[in-house]
Amino acid sequence: MSRYADLLNLPDARGHFGPYGGRFVSETLSYALEQLDEQYTRLSACPDFQAEFDRDLARYVGRPSPLYHAERWSKRLGGAQIWLKREDLNHTGAHKVNNTVGQALLAKYSGKPRVIAETGAGQHGVATATVAARLGLKCQVYMGAEDVQRQAPNVYRMKLLGAEVIPVESGSRTLKDAMNEALRDWVTNVDDTFYIIGTVAGPHPYPKLVRDFNSVTGREARQQCLDSFGRLPDALIACVGGGSNAMGLFYPFLTDDEVAMYGVEAGGDGLETGRHAAPLNAGRPGVLHGNRTYLMEDEAGQILETHSISAGLDYPGVGPEHAYLKDIGRVQYKVATDAQVMQAFEDLCRIEGIIPALESSHALAYASQLAVTMTPDQHLVVNLSGRGDKDIMTVARLQGISL
Amino acid sequence: MTRIQQTFSQLKAQGRKALIPYITAGDPAPQHTLALMHALVAAGADILELGVPFSDPMADGPVIQKACERALRHGTSLRDVLQMVAEFRQTNTDTPVVLMGYLNPIEAMGYAAFAAQAASAGVDGVLVVDLPPEEGDELVPLLKSHQLDVVFLMAPTTQDDRAQKIIAAGSGYLYYVSLKGVTGSATLDVGAVSARVAQIAAMTDMPIAVGFGVRDGQTAAALARVSDGVIVGSALVSQIAELADRPVEIAPRLTQVLSEMRQAMDQRA
Repeated sequence: MSRYADLLNLPDARGHFGPYGGRFVSETLSYALEQLDEQYTRLSACPDFQAEFDRDLARYVGRPSPLYHAERWSKRLGGAQIWLKREDLNHTGAHKVNNTVGQALLAKYSGKPRVIAETGAGQHGVATATVAARLGLKCQVYMGAEDVQRQAPNVYRMKLLGAEVIPVESGSRTLKDAMNEALRDWVTNVDDTFYIIGTVAGPHPYPKLVRDFNSVTGREARQQCLDSFGRLPDALIACVGGGSNAMGLFYPFLTDDEVAMYGVEAGGDGLETGRHAAPLNAGRPGVLHGNRTYLMEDEAGQILETHSISAGLDYPGVGPEHAYLKDIGRVQYKVATDAQVMQAFEDLCRIEGIIPALESSHALAYASQLAVTMTPDQHLVVNLSGRGDKDIMTVARLQGISL
Repeated sequence: MTRIQQTFSQLKAQGRKALIPYITAGDPAPQHTLALMHALVAAGADILELGVPFSDPMADGPVIQKACERALRHGTSLRDVLQMVAEFRQTNTDTPVVLMGYLNPIEAMGYAAFAAQAASAGVDGVLVVDLPPEEGDELVPLLKSHQLDVVFLMAPTTQDDRAQKIIAAGSGYLYYVSLKGVTGSATLDVGAVSARVAQIAAMTDMPIAVGFGVRDGQTAAALARVSDGVIVGSALVSQIAELADRPVEIAPRLTQVLSEMRQAMDQRA
């Protein structure tokens, strides 16, 4: 019996993971969230809904994604065997589509003709625009004006897919502000609009349902480990911004006590500089965007601007389940600095022929540190949550090259 | 009887409705807030709602978002806001003050410290926009134990069973949100508001004040006829925004806007 068996019963009926999570929203949204909770509870127990979800994941997303043995990289490092869960090979190029396929099905079943989303790096926006196009839903995506600049290719992708991208000029002009604006839109258009949240944050039931939809990653990975090396891995590693790819990988392993887990936050210029996006490492609990979790905030409770090389991790909060997993010690949360991330990005390109997303490169950076402390008969699984094509402009700029 | 209850019962005896202006504390700069509070009272305010600035005001439209930004540029904190109320109380002991804001600054200060200091500063009520009754197990009883009223929002989407919960948890008055949207939104349907407010009134003796989207005397008067009070926020805050670099003109302008609403409400009440 796992000492963590209780984790599978979370969240409780009101969306709490210990002291975290919950539903801290303005009253106008309460009814919509209650309805969503009821609908999801009903549909997630319905075999037809699950079958439709699984079929979409297989035929549209292209699942299962491979578990790839990064042999050359493992050898170079000289420690544990590193296995990459190739979410970058999904349709649209990241894990985000697992969740949007699921939520779009919920939107379809709820009969709402319009979907909205917030996006940071643009991967969730693209994944939302994609499923909206497929189901004929009107789609508007809120994106911080800063991110619109940083992630021009994804902005154009969303437009090609028929979505409207709305740049958000308020606050720090990044992901948190996009989420504020999406919540404002939803309050206004709650009757005909389904809000597709892109990470395991937000008010209950979002952290739960986004985790559930992403858990296909961990379920596949668990079986693939057994098939590939005959046992469970020694450790799992995933990057954590809001934390959806990490929850998706971790969740099906939570009660495998022998599997260590590491979430890697954006260390930016280093924790000591204050210029980072690592609430679990350097923040404290508070309430933002409908849930209680670790936040980057000042003494007075104002939310701080974050810094990361990767737009997708540039968020001052984190999913409430991660907050709880940190407190009880089930998952260790580490940081990778921008410099470490660039090194890992380049290594994977040159050694394995894979261009990883800068977000996923945080997980790779920590994997390279952890692997060398382990032996070649040990196994690490890294969630390669997205591909890096979207980041080539950012990387080129850092290398002083103009494309 | 709390100061809020007293205010509503006096108004009822006079056959009048409460006029409740909202400004964000620290907007356009902290040194102006005290004078604006007094000016609003002189212009006919029965209760003051004082916004506690927050970096991420998710339920607010652009007008109040920008007010928060102006206040935060001067570092206006929850502690500063409590200090402003304490100063206001030195010369005004009649007009209730309700703090309106988001939960995180209160979490950062600590629930117990906030409840105690708000009460000793002379705050009468607290409205936490992102704290529905279900999440209030800890904070709400603490506030009440300090004789602070806890004002909750009720929305057009609130069903009867939730309305009952909100009524049970709340005190002072209920804040009925006139529309689906953020503060300062465009269109308010007086007919729909009036029908729903009447249904809610049948469930409770608590006064019901209506806010969101009240722009002028005419709307204020129409809402006053169907409720116990009218809350005006963005219409005032947009004037502050316009005059942010000429702060001496703010008080006279707010006086003008609020007086017009006062007159319209009193004529037709």
